[in-house]
Amino acid sequence: MEELKLELKNKIIENLNLEDVSIDEIGDNDPLFGDGLGLDSIDALELIVMLDKDYGIKLLDPKEGKKIFESIEVMATYIAEHRK
Amino acid sequence: MDTQYYIKSYCKIKEAHVTFNNNIVFEDDAKDLKSFLKNIYKHLALKYAKFFKMDNLSKLAFLGAELLLQDDEKDTDRDIAIVLSNRASSLETDRKHQEAIQDKEKYYPSPAIFVYTLPNIAVGEISIRHQLKSENAFFVFDTFNAEFLCNYATVLLEKNKAESVLCGWVDVDGENYDGFMYLVSRKGKIKHTIKELTNLYQN
Repeated sequence: MEELKLELKNKIIENLNLEDVSIDEIGDNDPLFGDGLGLDSIDALELIVMLDKDYGIKLLDPKEGKKIFESIEVMATYIAEHRK
Repeated sequence: MDTQYYIKSYCKIKEAHVTFNNNIVFEDDAKDLKSFLKNIYKHLALKYAKFFKMDNLSKLAFLGAELLLQDDEKDTDRDIAIVLSNRASSLETDRKHQEAIQDKEKYYPSPAIFVYTLPNIAVGEISIRHQLKSENAFFVFDTFNAEFLCNYATVLLEKNKAESVLCGWVDVDGENYDGFMYLVSRKGKIKHTIKELTNLYQN
């Protein structure tokens, strides 16, 4: 699980072009949206594509993302349980 | 159309140099355009994380606007229209989007790329950054069209659509780029004429 969380942090920084953010600055339980990393709605769509492309998980309802993308911890748990 | 308008300030981002009112403010030997634009951002000590999410066209226009509006923000009511133009439209980002959807088996269009598949998004980025809710337009020409831009900006000012107009040419096609932006206002030293614009762009 730790490996997956590290992988997710790297992917988020790279895919979402967070050039001013380092892996150390993303806590496992930090909120990804709002006051946390400050991601926006386009980032949310990009994360949905990433789940599909890299982990074979298709979110049919974008609203599901709100809960799944709460934090790295929640995301990693969801991926571990649903990846194909 | 008797009122005289002026080019209050102008900047160029071209051939690895950044100039403001004909003074070099930055030069660089970056290996590619993305790095060059990032280095300008750092040189200007900007703090705007969204910059890194933009495509190169928006970055080029954004940086030009930063140079022109950095002092202007303090003393105007921010009624600034934006009129930009280029040759390649958003072609560079269009190509990236095309690549992302090329493979019918692995079809993963990127939302972050797709949102930049229009050139006027660059205008939107400047408007968001500077809180402008003004007239704006983006035109595509074969080459820098001083006559059209001069007339368009003059009409906006004559009709009181804005207090000043941020105009320019921002073109990106692969690693080729050409940025020339200027602010037209009622104050300034350089007359806002087709001849002056052509001269500033070419020299």
